[in-house]
Amino acid sequence: MSEATGLKSWLTTTDHKRIGKLYFWTAFVMFLIGGLEAELIRIQLAKPENSFVGADTYNQLFTMHGTTMVFMALMPLAAAFFNYIVPLQIGARDVAFPRLNAFSYWVFLLGTVFMNASWLLPHHPAPDGGWFGYATLTEKQFNPGPNIDFWLLGLQILGIASLAAGFNFIVTILNLRAPGMKMMRLPVFSWMTLVTSFLMITAFPVITVALVFLMFDRVFGTHFYLPSAGGDPVLWQHLFWLFGHPEVYILILPAMGVVSEILPTFARKPLFGYTVVVYSGVLIGFMGWGVWSHHMFSVGLGPIADSVFALTTMLIAIPTGVKIFNWLATLWGGQIKLTVAMCFALGFIGLFTIGGLSGVTHASPPADLQQTDTYYVVAHFHYVLFGGTMMGLFAGMYYWWPKMTGRLLSEPLGYVHFWLTFIGMNLTFFPMHFTGLLGMPRRVYTYTHDLGVDDMNMASTIGAIILGVGMIFFVYNMWRTRTKGAVAGPNPWGGATLEWSIPSPPPVHNFDVIPTVTSRLPLWDSPPAPKTPPGHIHVPGGSWWPMVAAAGLPLMALAPLTHTLWIVFVGGAVLIYGIYRWAYEPFEV
Amino acid sequence: MSHAAPPAHYTSMGLDSRKMGFWAFIGSECLLFGSLISTYLVYQGRSVAGPTPSQILNIPVTSISTFDLLMSSLWMVLALAAVQRGDMKWAKIWLLGVAIGGTIFLGFQFYEFSSFVREGLTMQANLFGCTFFILTGTHGAHVTVGVLWMLTLWVRALQGKLGPQHAMTVEIAGLYWHFVDVVWIVIFTLVYLLHK
Repeated sequence: MSEATGLKSWLTTTDHKRIGKLYFWTAFVMFLIGGLEAELIRIQLAKPENSFVGADTYNQLFTMHGTTMVFMALMPLAAAFFNYIVPLQIGARDVAFPRLNAFSYWVFLLGTVFMNASWLLPHHPAPDGGWFGYATLTEKQFNPGPNIDFWLLGLQILGIASLAAGFNFIVTILNLRAPGMKMMRLPVFSWMTLVTSFLMITAFPVITVALVFLMFDRVFGTHFYLPSAGGDPVLWQHLFWLFGHPEVYILILPAMGVVSEILPTFARKPLFGYTVVVYSGVLIGFMGWGVWSHHMFSVGLGPIADSVFALTTMLIAIPTGVKIFNWLATLWGGQIKLTVAMCFALGFIGLFTIGGLSGVTHASPPADLQQTDTYYVVAHFHYVLFGGTMMGLFAGMYYWWPKMTGRLLSEPLGYVHFWLTFIGMNLTFFPMHFTGLLGMPRRVYTYTHDLGVDDMNMASTIGAIILGVGMIFFVYNMWRTRTKGAVAGPNPWGGATLEWSIPSPPPVHNFDVIPTVTSRLPLWDSPPAPKTPPGHIHVPGGSWWPMVAAAGLPLMALAPLTHTLWIVFVGGAVLIYGIYRWAYEPFEV
Repeated sequence: MSHAAPPAHYTSMGLDSRKMGFWAFIGSECLLFGSLISTYLVYQGRSVAGPTPSQILNIPVTSISTFDLLMSSLWMVLALAAVQRGDMKWAKIWLLGVAIGGTIFLGFQFYEFSSFVREGLTMQANLFGCTFFILTGTHGAHVTVGVLWMLTLWVRALQGKLGPQHAMTVEIAGLYWHFVDVVWIVIFTLVYLLHK
């Protein structure tokens, strides 16, 4: 069965593997842009009272760095693996709703373009209220330009992409498993995708409501967050963090899943305590909803609330710690092969543990009051999101690259990338623990020599440059592998899960014959017998309509941005037209 | 949603994928309305200016529209039952009935909103106005989508393109309609009956 090629075949694709690649490249470009923003921040902070960028541009840089990395780089990079790998791991031919999947991608792309278009307008009115967008800083009277409108509308669009993807992957994982693939035989990455999907469909409605309130305040003059009319800015904080903390687990759980695949493969041992790892992930998913106010200790919610959230925050460290010990026990006595993927996975364990431990320190309100809004917190969450999520995702990239492209990334170049990233990451973020505790505040565009943090800031800047050099090696490695990479074959790493039972890259229909699963590690326990390919395998065709429907959303968002009512009807008409054509086109899943 | 006869796909849970996806969607919607309702309750009684709920809410009128919306859920049940047994004559009647019931509800809401604005309760008037209009307005938007959905199914039935093989399509539309109805029962209880 040959695969269609050409631009049209990509624009109309409903193949989960192609959508996975589209997610990957879009998110990777956004990761580089977010990284560039970080480099500019570090150049500004390299020495005291620097004037490389002004305060206004600095505000935009840290706002867009955070927003880009969370919503347009890390989440969609994880989504790229959800798309590409999960159907292969569960033995399915595609996701449950292929066109909804295409819709998710196009909404994500258009939301990304919408928000970043703000950089290109005259006076570059990019969002400047922080990724957390605290009211009342984001209200009209304090921020009258279109900056915050770009942010709140872009995030609403991106939220729709996450919701659609969440519904799709819940149904895919629950309903499209191959015969015999019981829930307790599901690879851990697919399990964590399931938990993440539940978090996405429950957390995103909350931030959508928070953003709609803010939009109404700014566009229609309501008072949701305005104290002058009895409104309460703390409502924003509650709604934002009620979303924001599950979001942290949306970012980390997929990386935990990736690492749980890679460690057994390269230790040649089954994952230690599979059941406990899975249940810990599920427990983290539930408990992630009960800790949000630890972001708000400095608000003064009172001793009862502070104590409760301190306790729940310390408790959630338990299932997380359980996972770490299970990974360590997986390594114990294994025949460890230090491939690049394995190095990143091991880096994940070490760095994420540091980030987890510093996180526990601000579970205690008195300690948190010293740390909040300082670089200590910046150090903490970069150890979690870079040391944790990104190291895990890099591990996944080296691990699954041969499956996705048919060729292996160069290991020597990969080791250079790993060590530059590992050293650069620690040099950048470890000193921030100290700059923070010495009193350097976050989100301020400069500092004075008297604070005594000049050298440590210079160290962080040098570390950031090393990270950037590491990325150049990685990009070169990806470029080089197109023609020079070694041909991978179906199972270059000797993996145990179903994605390794089919050719690399997989044919458009994935499996010639849908496998029957009899154990948790199908390829180790019983290598599949060669199958006779059947005659015809149905593959869903392409469709334009998901993209057309998706285009309606940024059009509608132009209306509040430009205060022009009629555009909302145009956008709405495009959306509804796309949905009707989608619903009634001949399309067989 | 509905295309030529839906094939009887094998699914791991034995539940139609569209139906499972829709249940997930309803779960997500619970958080959406949960956030709106919580905000309404948190801000209850905190307006610094009038009009207040007790000055302005017209419970008898809204009781009528609530009754109408509840009845439309009954008609939805009857519409689905008719589709399932292949009785397309009654299916068309009940589907149109649901759409009309929803439209009547929206008419009541339009009347309510415009009379509130005349009496001085706008979105900008006070916190009650902000939270009331955004909560009931979001619900009204959901009813509007539901009415369009029912009309679509009705037109498909008139064209002869909706039959018992599409019972799942109608069932999912029904899930949506009943959910929107249940949300209204919560809103009617908390906002109207238990107002302060």
